[in-house]
Amino acid sequence: MKLEYTPAQQALRAEARAWLEEHVPKGPLPSFDLTREGFEAHRQWERTLDSGRWGMVTWPAEYGGRGLSLVEWLIFEEEYYRAKAPVRVNQNGIFLLGPTLMEYGTPEQKARFLPAMARGDEVWAQAWSEPQAGSDLAGVRSTATRDGDEYVLSGQKIWSSRAAFADWAFGLFRAPGTSRHQGMSLVFFPLDAPGVTVRPIERMDGKKVFAEIFLDEVRVPAFNRLGEEGQGWDVCMSTAGFERGLMLRSPARYQQAASRLTRLYQERGQALGQGVRDAVVQHWMDAEAYALSIYEMASRLDNGGKIGPESSTNKIFWSELDIALQRTALDILGPLAELVTQDDPLLADWLEDYVFALAGPIYAGSNEIQRNIIAERMLGLPRR
Amino acid sequence: MDFSLSEETLMLAETVERMLLEACTPAHLRKLATSGEAFDPDRWRRIAAMGLPGMNAPVELAGSGLDEVAAVLIAEACGRVALPEPLTEHAGVAAPLLAATGAGGELLEAAVDGEKLLAIGHPVNPLVAGADRAAAFLLEHQGEVHLVPADAVQLRRRESLDEFRRLFEVSWTPTPATRIADAEQGRRLWAEALERGALLTAAQALGLARGAIELAVEYAKVREQFGKPIGVNQAVKHILADQQVKLSFARPVVLAAAADFAAADLVSSGRVSHAKLAATAAAESATRAAVQVFGAIGITFEAGVHFYVKRALALTAAWGGKAFHRERAARRVFEAPIGPHNTFARAGAAA
Repeated sequence: MKLEYTPAQQALRAEARAWLEEHVPKGPLPSFDLTREGFEAHRQWERTLDSGRWGMVTWPAEYGGRGLSLVEWLIFEEEYYRAKAPVRVNQNGIFLLGPTLMEYGTPEQKARFLPAMARGDEVWAQAWSEPQAGSDLAGVRSTATRDGDEYVLSGQKIWSSRAAFADWAFGLFRAPGTSRHQGMSLVFFPLDAPGVTVRPIERMDGKKVFAEIFLDEVRVPAFNRLGEEGQGWDVCMSTAGFERGLMLRSPARYQQAASRLTRLYQERGQALGQGVRDAVVQHWMDAEAYALSIYEMASRLDNGGKIGPESSTNKIFWSELDIALQRTALDILGPLAELVTQDDPLLADWLEDYVFALAGPIYAGSNEIQRNIIAERMLGLPRR
Repeated sequence: MDFSLSEETLMLAETVERMLLEACTPAHLRKLATSGEAFDPDRWRRIAAMGLPGMNAPVELAGSGLDEVAAVLIAEACGRVALPEPLTEHAGVAAPLLAATGAGGELLEAAVDGEKLLAIGHPVNPLVAGADRAAAFLLEHQGEVHLVPADAVQLRRRESLDEFRRLFEVSWTPTPATRIADAEQGRRLWAEALERGALLTAAQALGLARGAIELAVEYAKVREQFGKPIGVNQAVKHILADQQVKLSFARPVVLAAAADFAAADLVSSGRVSHAKLAATAAAESATRAAVQVFGAIGITFEAGVHFYVKRALALTAAWGGKAFHRERAARRVFEAPIGPHNTFARAGAAA
């Protein structure tokens, strides 16, 4: 165990910091969930990142990356959040699909999809859940029917983040007549293909953060299938491991939020008593614990290890931490907490972040499902 | 930057753990408790044969000179079996303190061999644990360190709920002959002893949490109600999964606190306090959950869970309780650099 950065890692941090200080937009970009303009502004930022080869630092250089380790990815993420850079509009692509493409993709698929992803030319949405298949994802009904060199996709997907403006989606489909975990395939489709209809869904605050996708005999080349035909469930679970365990929520996000909360407390909360102070310290410790745990996981993966069911503990931990942290901020805001706009920048964003955090225990597999996975696969309790 | 444990450390920890799992089963604990004793000489011989009493003493003084990461894994193994013998305080705190004064001599040699036990009266703990078997005491007087032989102290037993913790009030009279470190050196040594004590207590608490979860899981697999094991019910599964989450996010903190120990600054002491808080919270929660899963038998003497409940209760308050460590963690938050880029910062680093 050696908890010191190498000179090369320190140099990477310095390089990232200098580049971000120069390039991160001075003010916040307009939301990517509200308007096409906001979405395109974020796409432009992805292109800027790519111009500095910061799009996805762990990927090999041929795909637009730097071939760095996961620990080095954490260093970049720390600098990214320190610099208050924009939320990655393409996170479904670079953090979820990317690692899965790296594992299951053919060289041709990698060459086709990864560089365009790194450049922000193709922004991705995830199309897994269906109205009747939420926690029970193996219940998906949408079909991929093989027709020569093509698949014909039909069905309905829901809760697809970014789908309102994204370019592509990676969806979970099944061969007609199959059921449960058999016969599934992971297939990519363009969101502007003939037969695709996207209908945005409003969150409780009116923001169109996700969408329904209707597929009516959408034709895509068989080239768009990731992994073997019928292997879709395993491919998805590999993505899910990364999603819950590592890349969806980098620890820097919560460490940055804990820092902001500390400042909010110091400027506005000190008169509120020991309870609020204790909560602020607790959230900081929890963010730190998450970071240390992820450093441990990243070190293990860098040394050739694999993500296992322990990724489910991560998802529970960060999602509960997020809600608790935002809730304490709202306690400090007091009667101003419910206001959707704030005059003082110190008070801004907490409410939106709280509403966002409410979804954390639900998406990427509800926390109840994660607890089942921990109990059965980590602790060995009987399924039935 | 590498957060993984070395092969060497892992192998050592596994060897110790295997020996303890064999030598310290719930049946052993019950038998010892029924006999009214808190120390098993046979088990201690096995512990001594592995060199554990000298694990943290310097190599040049015949110790093993293990680092804090190895010590943490050994203490964790002790917690996992709720070890009665005071190995961690003796080997992890008292022996290094005595060695650092340079006044160890033959006593330290005997302590490293496990032939004589040391007890430590740190100002943060009002009572001295394991005093009845100690050959000598390390005691504090106005910042100084005093080494006092057992025949020069008066002991008054205070009974702990944990039958394996032998706690005593110690009365003694400091003399120039007993002083082995002056106040200036002493304050530094007592401060370091506090960090060691809190760190190794945190590590034991991790082991307690793990041991309690294991007991509860095994019970939930075999105890049947409504014609099926209670462990198939989500109400039971989710209680235990939550304990695993607490444990999973306490352990890396304890490991980081150990790896960071030598820095001895506001950041490293904040990490030790975070480790103590997180690990004892995990232990407290896991032991309560285990009692709940066992049901009525969980609060009896017959089931082994109570050893874990009692030890978790004791260790939560030992070497600084919740308020004490929360305040130290707060100092680290409010007075040292924070933010995503400062996970491994030092106290003096630029914000």
